[in-house]
Amino acid sequence: MNVFLDAFAWIFSPDRTTGYLPLWEAVLQHLGFTFGSVAIAALIAIPAGWAIGHTGKGREIAVFLSGAARSLPSLGLVVLLYLVIGVNFKEQAAVVAFVLLAIPSILAGAYAGIEAINRSTVEAGRAVGMTPMQILWKIEVPLGLPLLIGGIRSAVLQVVATVTIAAYVGLGGLGFALIQGIQTRNAAQILGASIVVVILALVLDGAFALFQRIVVPRGVAVQNSSPTRRRTRRAPVPAT
Amino acid sequence: MSITRTRIIPVIGLAAAAVFALSACGSSDSLQGGGSSGNQGGDDQSKTIVVGSQSYPSNEIIAEIYSQVLEKDGFTVERKFAIGQRDAYMPSLEDGSIDLFPEYTGSLLQYYDKSATAGSSDEVYDAMVKVLPDNLKALDYSPATDQDSYNVTAAFAKENNLTEIGDLAGVKDLTFGGAPELEQRPYFTDLKKVYGVDAKFEATADTTVDELVAGNIQVANVYSADPRIETEDLVTLKDPKGLFLAANVVPIANADKADEIADAINKVSAAMSPEELVAMNVESTVDQRSSADIAKKWIADNLG
Repeated sequence: MNVFLDAFAWIFSPDRTTGYLPLWEAVLQHLGFTFGSVAIAALIAIPAGWAIGHTGKGREIAVFLSGAARSLPSLGLVVLLYLVIGVNFKEQAAVVAFVLLAIPSILAGAYAGIEAINRSTVEAGRAVGMTPMQILWKIEVPLGLPLLIGGIRSAVLQVVATVTIAAYVGLGGLGFALIQGIQTRNAAQILGASIVVVILALVLDGAFALFQRIVVPRGVAVQNSSPTRRRTRRAPVPAT
Repeated sequence: MSITRTRIIPVIGLAAAAVFALSACGSSDSLQGGGSSGNQGGDDQSKTIVVGSQSYPSNEIIAEIYSQVLEKDGFTVERKFAIGQRDAYMPSLEDGSIDLFPEYTGSLLQYYDKSATAGSSDEVYDAMVKVLPDNLKALDYSPATDQDSYNVTAAFAKENNLTEIGDLAGVKDLTFGGAPELEQRPYFTDLKKVYGVDAKFEATADTTVDELVAGNIQVANVYSADPRIETEDLVTLKDPKGLFLAANVVPIANADKADEIADAINKVSAAMSPEELVAMNVESTVDQRSSADIAKKWIADNLG
């Protein structure tokens, strides 16, 4: 337990507000990288995922590509991109690696959300004369939203944990405190910085869980809670 | 002095070389293993020496030299290279599963005694011997060093007339780049006290040399045996007031086996110069030669 007490003492020490990288600044950098990367990934993956889900085409290739992207080790990718594009663009190198990490979950959430919709709902839309665009925007997007948010949620979690490696190329974030702690054999600092990352992850996950509940359309919530429908519900974000 | 010498970029940058080196080690190992297993029936256990190394190419070359020298002396050598950071391998060294490891006096001293202060090579070695556990024995230290140093570009040195750290005292807007831990190291925090230098810190981690060359920082904290000092035409600033902890290469051996290998290994330490260590690092990172080849050549050139 002592180690944990030391770690919390490290987090709340007044020294954390001074020095090269005050803790709050590291947290801000960390969140900046996380949200920036996930936002870029969302801009790419959501339209692509909706297109796949709506048309039903390209699913195989998306699964293949996002599976391949998932297996890329982020640290190797950051360093490789850094070596290739040079020291003055190391932020971009890191962001590209984090974007690639975030895309698969968001993409899967986007198309799985649409695929999980009961086909008869879509057919009903068509029957009342909706255009394909209306079907997409009025049926598929709102009904697919919970799974999409789930995909973004898991992307945020993965990225927030991985951003620690940005410090390997001198980009700060909470990884700075971690690496400094490892090199100076300061267990309280290592654990303290890790705890801050864990807290960030938990807070973000909680916020997304709440958000996911809020965006479920009322009709879907009623539908899902009825016992006969429960069997057809899919698990959130099927693995690609 | 950084506690470990594991650095990601050299490691990844050398991945290809490392694969070759490892496969070379692997194949030579299996050959030797095959050869020696034939006559090993009569060998007693004490003739087998387990040599370890960090996952730092320079350290691995030294370990390879130890290994080849011991093999010439009739020992069976088991190589456990690229183990990684000091926290990972010191327990194995302490419990006797590794018999011999190339270490660095200052870094090892700092590992056992965080408050260790700078000093000459002799002082650091003596202090290190005192803090070593009883079952470990330090053999003679080598003149070869691989320690932290402050480096500037040749152009910057010329522009500001720099030869030693103290010359930086009048220079404005100095940013020192280095690993994250540099911020807390005495050789950074005492800059003002010892040399009157005002310095800002920038955590450049693995990008330090690139940032220096790109002009984003003015002074880089780099290991003195880093080949990029040569290849990037950097100027290492002299440290006449002993700001840095000396870090001579020192073989650390299991106390039970130290005596039988001391002669052979001490000869290696005595013969190795700092310049040769740098040259071997250049061969490894620039010419991409395997540590086994580099070690073989060095032994042929220096120990006949």
